Formats: sequence, C-alpha cells, structure tokens
Amino acid sequence: MYQYDTLDKEIVADRSREFREQVGRRLAGELSEDQFKPLRLMNGLYLQLHAYMLRIAVPYGSLNSRQMRKLAYIGRTYDRGYGHFTTRQNLQFHWIKLRDTPDILDHLAEVDMHAIQTSGNCIRNVTSDPYAGATAEELDDPRVWSEAIRQWSSLHPEFSFLPRKFKIAITAAPKDRTAAKVHDIGLMIRRGRDGQLGFEVVVGGGLGRTPYVGPTITEFLPANRLFSYLEAILRVYNRHGRRDNLYKARIKILVAALGAEEFARQVAEEWAKIGPEGDLPDTELARIRGAFAKTAFESLPAVSETFEAAKAADPALARFARNNLRAHKKPGYAIVEISLKTVGETPGDATSDQMDVVADLAERFGQDDIRVTHEQNLVLPHIRLDDMPEVFAKLQAVGLASANVNLISDIIACPGLDYCALANARAIPVAQQIAQTFADQEKAEAIGELKIKISGCINACGHHHVGHIGILGVDKKGEEFYQLTLGGSGAEDASVGKMLGPALPYDKVAAAIDTLVEVYLRERQDGERFLDTYRRTGVEPFKEAVYADAH
Amino acid sequence: MPTLIELDAGRFVLANDPFTAVADDEGLPLGDVIISFTRFQAEGDRLLAEGRAVGVRLEPDEEVEALAYDLPRISLVAVAFPKFRDGRGFTSARLLRERFDYAGEVRAVGDVFREQAGFMVRCGFDAFEPSDGSTPDIWAHAVSRHRHVYQRAADARAPAFLEREGG
Repeated sequence: MYQYDTLDKEIVADRSREFREQVGRRLAGELSEDQFKPLRLMNGLYLQLHAYMLRIAVPYGSLNSRQMRKLAYIGRTYDRGYGHFTTRQNLQFHWIKLRDTPDILDHLAEVDMHAIQTSGNCIRNVTSDPYAGATAEELDDPRVWSEAIRQWSSLHPEFSFLPRKFKIAITAAPKDRTAAKVHDIGLMIRRGRDGQLGFEVVVGGGLGRTPYVGPTITEFLPANRLFSYLEAILRVYNRHGRRDNLYKARIKILVAALGAEEFARQVAEEWAKIGPEGDLPDTELARIRGAFAKTAFESLPAVSETFEAAKAADPALARFARNNLRAHKKPGYAIVEISLKTVGETPGDATSDQMDVVADLAERFGQDDIRVTHEQNLVLPHIRLDDMPEVFAKLQAVGLASANVNLISDIIACPGLDYCALANARAIPVAQQIAQTFADQEKAEAIGELKIKISGCINACGHHHVGHIGILGVDKKGEEFYQLTLGGSGAEDASVGKMLGPALPYDKVAAAIDTLVEVYLRERQDGERFLDTYRRTGVEPFKEAVYADAH
Repeated sequence: MPTLIELDAGRFVLANDPFTAVADDEGLPLGDVIISFTRFQAEGDRLLAEGRAVGVRLEPDEEVEALAYDLPRISLVAVAFPKFRDGRGFTSARLLRERFDYAGEVRAVGDVFREQAGFMVRCGFDAFEPSDGSTPDIWAHAVSRHRHVYQRAADARAPAFLEREGG
C-alpha cells in the first residue's frame, strides 16, 4: 500500500474543498444542473435513474483495512448499507444524496481516498494486476508505475478535457488480469535483452460500440521514458481525436482511422520533441517504490499441515481452496480471492458488514492489504496457509465463501435496466438465472474456467465482447432480447467475441447457456477450457445446438 | 466589452483591453485588433505596416505550428474555447510557451470558467475573458486553490516531485 505524504494529502483535501464549494453553489441555485453537470462529472458524481451515484477511486484496486472500513461506514451512513465494486476496480454507491457528497469526500480524504477523475473526459483511475506484489509471475511491481501514473494524471492541466474518457491498465505478469489490450493504453512490463525494464505499449483497444483489441505501437519502451511517451500519446489524442461525435471520440477510433503505424509515427515525432524533460526523475520513482508499505513474510514450509488437515475434514474448505486460492511467491502463503458472485446476489455488491469482515481479515491475517479485481471480486493477497481455515470460516459466516472464482457463475454484469438510464435490458437477473442453472458445484468445477460477461446495452460496461460467452441486451420493439457472442477474451490472448446468431428472448438465455456448455463438454479434448474448444471447433456445433433448441 | 483579467507579476487584475476583437464578417475599426488566423494571413501584413498591434484568434482545430513563423510579430494569441469541454486550447497554449517560447500575451476567450482557471495558468495563459462573471478575486481564489501540483507544465510551479526533494 502506497503511503501518502503531506503533499498527497493536501492535494486530495484541496480538491475536496473545491467540490464542496461547487455543490454549495449548486444547492444555492447559483449553478443550474446544466452548468453543474460537467463539474460533478469531474468528481465521479452521476445522476442515475433513482438517485445520485458516487464512484470512488480505488487506485489500481488497492485498499488497506482502514480504507475498507471507511467505505463500509459510508455505505451504512449515506447509502443503503452496501456498495458495488466495478470492473475498473472502483467502488460505487448508488443511493447518494447530493448534499451529503462533500461530507463523504471529507471522510474519504481522511483515509487518503477520493473520487478524482472517476468520470469525465479525462484520464481515469489506472487499473492494475490485483495479484501485484504477491505473484511470482511478475517482472516488477506494477503498483509502483500505477501510482506514478496516478500522480501524473491527477488534475493534469493539459489533459483534463480530452475528447472522451481515457483508461490506462498496467500489468507485469504474462497472465494478464487487467484486460490491458482492450484499454485506451495497455502497458505490459517487459524485460529487454540486456535485462533492462521497459513496456510494451498497446494503444486504442476498447469495447463499447466498436470493440478493438489494441495494436502494439511500441514493442519496448525503456521504463524511464514512460512519462514523456504517455504525454506524447495524450497530446496527439487531445489534438486529433474526434470531438464531433460522442461515439467516435475514443482514441481507438483515431488509431483505427490513421492506422497503427501512422499513429505510432505521430507519437514518436511528438515524443522526440518532448524529450527526457517530460520524464519523471528516477529519484521520484525510487521514492514511490519506497513509499509502499513493506510486507514481512515468514519462512514457512510450502505445505501447511494445519491447512491440509482442515481441508481433509471439510470438503467446503477443500473446494474453496481448489477454486479461490492462487500461488503466492512465498512458500506457505496464498493469494485468496473472495468471490462477490454469490448465487442469487448482484455481481460485485458487498454489504458494509462484509466489507468490515474483509477489513478485519486483512488486518489480522493479511498484511493489511486488500485488492479489488477487474472481475469484480476482492483479494487478500498475502494469507498464511496456516490461517486459511480461520479466514475461510470468517468469510463463510458472512456469505463470502462462494468457491466459484473463474467458474461459470463468476459472471461480470453491468447494473443494467434495473439501475441504468442507458440500458436496453436487464443484466443482473440474467446473471442470477445463469448462476442458478449452474448452482451444482460439482458440475461447475467439471466445466472449469468459463467467463460469462453481460452488458445491458451496446455501451458494453459488462464487457460482453471479451466474455468467453458474451451476452448483450438489446431492445426489440420494447421487449428484452439477448445477443450471444462466443470466443471473446480480455486476457493476454485477447480477442473480440463473434456473434452466435439471432438474439434470444429473456426466458431462453439460461437454457441456451446450458446448451452451449453441453456442446463444450461433448467436444472438449484434454485440458481444454471452453474458449480453447470453441477456438478449435469454430462456432458451428454451438450454433447448431442452440438454434435447434430455440426453434 | 467582456471583462479582461490579466495575470500581472503573480496578481490577477482587471485590465483595460486596448484590443477590439473583430469577427471575419465585420469591418475593421481603428486601433489594435484581434482577428482570425485566416484574416491575419490575408490582412496581417497591411495592419502591421499601419503600426497597429495585432492579435490572432486561434480556433481549436487550427494548429499552433501554423503560427510559428509569425509569432514574433503577433502581440497576443487569443486561444478560443468555443465549448467548455473542448480541451485543445490547453495544448495550444502549452506549445506556444514551451515549444515556441512565445513571450506575448496568451488569452483565453470563449467558454472560460473559473473551473479551468488553474489549468489555464499552468498551461501558460496570462489573460482571461471569463464568461461566468468571475472577478479577479474569484479568479485568483480558483487558481490558488491547489497548494501543490503533480506535473511539470508551462508555468514556474515546482511539481510535487521537486517539492519533495526540497523538503
């Protein structure tokens, strides 16, 4: 966890005070809603169907227990006792009153949190690998770079009124847990032949109406030249990105129109003019690196007898261990993923009581470290295997022990028609129906990794394009229909899913998913995931089965 | 006449504007004028030869590089913000200061609100025609609201990473 210094704290406090003044002017009638809108949007405050929604930044998905408890407190005091973790690793409260927002921001500032740039046409919260600092796979700790980018992009004088929103993801592991290639900029830490650290830079990926896997514009950017290069990309975009059409304003449209090669050339030309003057000094990067709280690991045996005995005695714990634990870089530790996809609940929601329990566990057992994942789960990155039985019991007691991470019921869904003014169709009830259909844990485990992603409209907040199975809600003459896509991936093997066939009515979706799974189980060869089988067989067997059933 | 606020030796003051902003379809008055870049290309030489001070209004889709050759003769660049949300003018101003070392006035005109004030000063603007009724006091308050900044820009403020070295 990065420790704020006085400067960081004062920057957040000043921004909070500025917003309090703006809300004051709005409440006093000095600002109309029209005038207030761009101001509130620069601070994560949306007006939704029922109330204001406040999106709080969780930079690169990293929280400590004090911060998590504060989120729980805000949920309890100013909302309805729960919050919603998002695919951008942020947290949203959906039932907020405008007059409370300045106090909420002050509460957040107390624990070094804010809502800066969680909306608006600016550089949004940078996202990163939720396993950072805990996985042995990474070449460097991506949080160091994420924090440096957070600072550089915060209240940027030149890039706060971009053509459209701008999202950066950064990963340092070969297994990409950030969906870097479908971001405006995806940074992938690489090592050069001489051992030097650098980035592969992908630009112009994205979802929404026109999904793209972003092209690589630089194979290897030396790490110490990152900030001048980002400035060059943002400047080219700020000047030349389209501003005449909201739906063509993202950088992906500019990159696609120019072609990746020409875009890269323009960036290189601008980069040469900026020069190293635009880079962050190595001393500052070293300071940021040093400002992350130290983790203290014990020397432990790789196998914990306590844990093994507990697993043997409790099949539920064994199942949780199989599905929700990941290898830690230190023997005797595990990365523990907490699913927020309990069957029957809203994906990504956590109650204030659950947040408090996660905070307690992080403080007592987990080096005070909590992460939010892009797939809307939580992570305790450093748990001793010896402590697992107790951690599991405490999670179980508050309904946080679903053993379904990466399984078919670990579904990403946008809020959909139930909450969102843009949606054409419900998303959450569809997710709940599918989860019900596959509630049998044995079967879910037998199916293995299968990522279903559901969006209630073409804006694709549920990332359906990169679901192994994607589900898109569409409106047909006032009725909800769902378009299925297959073969998408947001990971290192990124691809955009292909449409299966005609859209299906609401009550046929779960059955169609069941059919797709049946085809997969029939066709799969050793060790293949759903995605692998689909890529090998193509769409035909799946299409045949679903539409044979549907008609 | 719109209000003109100038940044003068670190202070924001109300200024008398010696310039008249002239649209392309208007006749030219006597005295110092601000005209579009298109009009400047056609009539700039003549106006300068008459001994007038000439300012050029730069629209968001006009590239600041196109002005480079004429900058030494231009008394001010009025960077236009036809819409609050169009941020191209910030880049134009920064390049004028940092890349072309332009020392004349860089004025923000159009949809100019106090919410942009801090960013504008950081990008090198030193004159403002606020469209939200801001007074120099309000402008100064908006600009000085943030005690620290994270980035280098076109102003002289030390970014946090340099402040930290000093502390």
